[in-house]
Amino acid sequence: MIEVRELTKSYGPTVAVNKVSFEAHAGEVLGFLGPNGAGKTTTMRILTCYLSADAGSATVAGYNIFEDSVEIRKRIGYLPESAPLYTDMGVIEYLNFMTQVRHIPKSERKERIRAVIDTCGLEDVIQKDIGELSKGYRQRLGLAQSLIHDPPILILDEPTSGLDPNQIIEIRNLIRDIGQEKLVLFSTHILSEVSATCTRILIINNGEIVANGTPEELASQAEGEEIVHIAIRGSQEAIEASLNELEFVSQWAHVETTDGIVVYQVNAPQGSDAAEALFHVVVQNGWSLTELRQESVDLEDVFLNLTDKQ
Amino acid sequence: MTNITAILKKEFRSYFNSPIAYIFITFFLGISSWLFFRGFFIQNQAEMRGFFGLMPWIFLFFIPAVTMKLWAEEKKIGTIEILMTLPIRDYEVVLGKFLASFALLAVSVLLSLVLTCSVVYLGDPDGGTLVAGYIGLLLMGGAYLAIGLFASTLTENQIIAFILGISTCFVLLIIGEDFVLFNAPNWLFPIFSYLGLGAHYSSILRGVLDSRDIIYYLSMIGLFLYLSTLAVESRKWR
Repeated sequence: MIEVRELTKSYGPTVAVNKVSFEAHAGEVLGFLGPNGAGKTTTMRILTCYLSADAGSATVAGYNIFEDSVEIRKRIGYLPESAPLYTDMGVIEYLNFMTQVRHIPKSERKERIRAVIDTCGLEDVIQKDIGELSKGYRQRLGLAQSLIHDPPILILDEPTSGLDPNQIIEIRNLIRDIGQEKLVLFSTHILSEVSATCTRILIINNGEIVANGTPEELASQAEGEEIVHIAIRGSQEAIEASLNELEFVSQWAHVETTDGIVVYQVNAPQGSDAAEALFHVVVQNGWSLTELRQESVDLEDVFLNLTDKQ
Repeated sequence: MTNITAILKKEFRSYFNSPIAYIFITFFLGISSWLFFRGFFIQNQAEMRGFFGLMPWIFLFFIPAVTMKLWAEEKKIGTIEILMTLPIRDYEVVLGKFLASFALLAVSVLLSLVLTCSVVYLGDPDGGTLVAGYIGLLLMGGAYLAIGLFASTLTENQIIAFILGISTCFVLLIIGEDFVLFNAPNWLFPIFSYLGLGAHYSSILRGVLDSRDIIYYLSMIGLFLYLSTLAVESRKWR
């Protein structure tokens, strides 16, 4: 449904999006992950035909972004960053305006408005002016606006920013539901969000796509080492001596010592079961173990690895 | 067409949702009545010439205030991003916004008919001049609005939009005034006197609805709406 080829856009001398290519289909929830200023918003603005690209090509729902922008805009719902809304309008008045400009037939307008109010949980605020709404409700109304014409493609720019944890979960569930049959493209810089919601992740940094895959694929890319966090009560010298002797330990670091408890971070190659082996070492030496924890290599490391090179 | 009406209705309502419309109408009527009645009884003539004659200068300050928010505010709070990704063409939005501001102007002008009624009641003014005066007022107001709207597309700051609007209108107004015309070089004279915003209005005020004057205002409106559309589209220029 979305096909992007070598899309490039610069603002003066700064290249915001550099030769970005990817594809996305219905039934996918595509997470755009990247640090602030990576080019997520610019890419979305180009796909929604708000801005134009300098080079490259893209088709959305089968239409070219340069030639059929109106056709594309009919088929997408777009929630820009921080949900900009007309603060002097009422909630219903705003949704009603949206049904008009979205060409929803008069007979279906009420039904559509009701539907998005239910999906986005706006029931409590329908009497209010947008200016009186809290950040969370504005975000929901922005989402309601993007859903009102039941579009096959939904593009959301940081849809969960400014929401409280409960609301975040609601929105994520909503995105996942919608993503069952439609294409949802959303951006975020919160890592847990993509692994919780997306079927595929695009990591974008400095305007370039640096990774593209399912959350599992990306996580396995970064694996290769186990990291074990261990806290032991015992003699620091003896512990360090035996850490040096252990074959499977590729690297260790002393983290801190408090009240006779020494904390280390131990790195070992993948599959060496370092945590278990360390446990036996501790038992054999008669020390007492106060904490043993294997840190998983996850998206966070992938993200840091890929975006921290500069 | 549905798009244009939807935008028109939304913008027109938005004027009345905020205090802008009420303040505008109150001050417009207040100032024009005061300026009108100040001379009315002294001259002791049942005519509206004083009222109409002041309008180019009253519009100068009032109309950019009506148009300044139309684009600048959308840019400032970011709603333009939703607006311009709706399946609406840029010119439809420009036209819808222009018509909304024109509707507000028309309402204010309509309310000022109270003044006209009192003149008609007190004396026997020339009906033809009155009708021509109102038509001229709306045409000239339309041109001011289009200029103000264009100024608003250029910035996200309403104050700047307001000042830009006033200055553009002011320049276009005074180049047609006598004191500029007589000091201008000879070759500029016909250009200035044709382009002046107020000159065509004065000739309409004489009670002669000349097609040249109407065409002048319509083309000014067209030109500035076209420029506004270009300015809105400029975000997509490569």
